[in-house]
Amino acid sequence: MNEFVQSLRLWFAPQRIRDEGDTPDYRFSLANERTFLAWIRTALALIGGGFAVDQFLPELAWGIRAGLALALLAAGVLCALRAVNHWVRCERAMRRGEDLPVSRFPTLLALAVGVVAVAMVVVVLFGWEGR
Amino acid sequence: MTTPGRDPGLQPERTRLAWRRTTLSCTVVALLAVKQALHGGAGPAAIVAVSLSALAWLGFLRVAHLRVLGMGTARPLPLSARGALTATACTVALAVFAAAMLF
Repeated sequence: MNEFVQSLRLWFAPQRIRDEGDTPDYRFSLANERTFLAWIRTALALIGGGFAVDQFLPELAWGIRAGLALALLAAGVLCALRAVNHWVRCERAMRRGEDLPVSRFPTLLALAVGVVAVAMVVVVLFGWEGR
Repeated sequence: MTTPGRDPGLQPERTRLAWRRTTLSCTVVALLAVKQALHGGAGPAAIVAVSLSALAWLGFLRVAHLRVLGMGTARPLPLSARGALTATACTVALAVFAAAMLF
């Protein structure tokens, strides 16, 4: 938790990241940036999925549709926030010469996407006619 | 573009293309947001929603554009935390609009 508060402080005082350690090879920074962008794209895809569920599945009952859309949107927001947090932590670890942070977020996201997919299958098979 | 001392692994180019891909994803989401906003006709609320979505999209576009320009050198500076935060904020803003438009 302390680690998280520290990262959060770094989000809003970005110049402090430069105070620590040495500037790493620019290629490492760029690789970290591309990883960040890949996570942002994942977040955008989830958010786009949330819009799509709402717009392209009008046959679904409102509650199911809103629930699925909100689940996807929440996953997208989490993914975006986690992207910037992970980027800051990696950048700091590289400057300090520490190991890169490990994370269980990919597993959790995979499970969440799996649950949404299963919910979608169930809805398509059984709940289609509910309006 | 054969500048002397360019990276043999084309890291700046790859990063620039990653920004392009991400901007395209953001454009798709922003268009979906506009479609959603105009679904119930063009009332005042719809206009506000369209403007806010466009603002989020433009914010993202600005960060991406500055970053793409910054990739023009052989040894680009690392991404600034402000740029990363702005890109994230615009992404989150689009999600919040989507949630708001559900109701």
